[in-house]
Amino acid sequence: MKILVCISKSPDTTSKIAFTDGNSKFDENGVQYIINPYDEWYALVRALELKEANGGSVSVITVGTAPDDAIIRKALAIGADDATRIDAEATDAYFVAMQIANYAKENAFDLVMTGKETINYNGSQVGGMIAEAMGLPFVSLASKMDVAGSTATLETEIVGGIQTVEVELPAVISCAKGMAEQRIPNMRGIMAARTKPLNVVAASSVDVLTSFESYTLPDAKTTCKMIDPENMDELVKLLHQEAKVI
Amino acid sequence: MSTLVYINSRDGIAKNAYEAITYAKKLGQEVIAITTGDADDSLLATAGEYGASKVLVDKSIATDDAQQVTRVIASAVEATGANTVVFSNDLVAKAVAPRLSVRLKAGLISGAIAIPEGDTIKVNVFSGKAFGNVKINSDKKIISLLPNSIQPEQTGSACSVEEFNGNGGEAKIKLLEVKKPEGEIPLPEAEIVVSAGRGLKGPENWGMIEELAKELGAATACSRPVADIGWRPHHEHVGQTGVAIRPNLYIAAGISGAIQHLAGVNGSKVIVVVNTDAEAPFFKAADYGVLGDAFEVIPKLTEAIKKFKASN
Repeated sequence: MKILVCISKSPDTTSKIAFTDGNSKFDENGVQYIINPYDEWYALVRALELKEANGGSVSVITVGTAPDDAIIRKALAIGADDATRIDAEATDAYFVAMQIANYAKENAFDLVMTGKETINYNGSQVGGMIAEAMGLPFVSLASKMDVAGSTATLETEIVGGIQTVEVELPAVISCAKGMAEQRIPNMRGIMAARTKPLNVVAASSVDVLTSFESYTLPDAKTTCKMIDPENMDELVKLLHQEAKVI
Repeated sequence: MSTLVYINSRDGIAKNAYEAITYAKKLGQEVIAITTGDADDSLLATAGEYGASKVLVDKSIATDDAQQVTRVIASAVEATGANTVVFSNDLVAKAVAPRLSVRLKAGLISGAIAIPEGDTIKVNVFSGKAFGNVKINSDKKIISLLPNSIQPEQTGSACSVEEFNGNGGEAKIKLLEVKKPEGEIPLPEAEIVVSAGRGLKGPENWGMIEELAKELGAATACSRPVADIGWRPHHEHVGQTGVAIRPNLYIAAGISGAIQHLAGVNGSKVIVVVNTDAEAPFFKAADYGVLGDAFEVIPKLTEAIKKFKASN
């Protein structure tokens, strides 16, 4: 079974979020980039588990520039067999998805896996877009997946519960919490990653359909009103009369 | 020109669908709703109360299969000449809207939280730690509205319902089983959420949280460590790597408020924090704070709510 895992970079979860150039650009100063946690913890690790159980290969792909090789090497250290970087700035979800779809169409993967969303743009767009571009079924927000032969059985989140579905491969899957547990790369993995293939390929010509014009930060909360723990009637009164939420 | 709104009517029509119709109406064009399945016409006609001029329904599509729903919406865009499609950014939309974007080659804004200002639309980014103002460069546009971002506005009366054949094709995903716990309120749509963390010391102590939630008609949630050690199910985990929520009221007991947790809840309109540690970072993000032991404060709060309900 050939699996392609799509990874994206995202700022470390503790990064200070700030903007430069008249609030039009994310301020990368001092920001440590990591593999987007959904892509790493759930998509990549589950892909590796499936390979360990059924044989095959796990390739990772990202759309990015040379500095992103650092996160790709980490994915290789965790256990991916090879990696591809499409050499372009990741401008919007459509651009990224079409680059990956164009690559995947030529390489006959059984499974294309993504995280459920990135923690910086939270769009949940790339997986569905790849699926449509490739004419494949897309199972979104899977929290469990098993593969037998060419059939995958998955649990996915629905409003107010979970559902179990079955799909014939090839398919595109977006992965959410529950799929797998985080793996920390060991020294052997880190050493091996240095010699695994990292192919850099040129981007194809794709339109950019959306653009971020500017960013704003939320207003800081005014001071927190402290309530006497013995007087919950007071809190209820404030929630009703002042905050008007009950 | 018109705006098409996709509404899910599988298990009735949820509030977030009426929010999407209200939002579409505010864009200033004629609003046509599109749905699939076998819901009663009288239910579908309620879309008119929020501004739809008619509802198109493809009764041949029996599930929420994203490939089929995408084809039906694309056919409806062609039939109506709509230049904009609006979704509520729920679980179905997250699978359908990206497909539709590729099919129509229409720019997609997901997680919109406000009506357009000039040619940009405000969205949540960095897990709620910032907002982005996004522009769509294509002629056709898709906007997926974050639930609970605007209030539904009832301005009109029931509208007509027309059958529509959207050539949805075959479903490639086979539905085997659906599990829905009885009586639980789905977290992403809840208007009030009661949440607790490691401060509760063990899963056996969640009874008081559930009781408070029941009195408030609220959903229950938890912090990441609590889901990771298995005290509570994963789908209750709110935060950067769990569910992001924006209820009207969020009550957190025994959660310190790490930056990753705040990222999932800082869209809440009002935050109440109960904690024994005066230095807990969550107090800085809260509107109301109670410095005290959750084991004493939460039951007292539940009693106070009961008293309030009895007198109102």
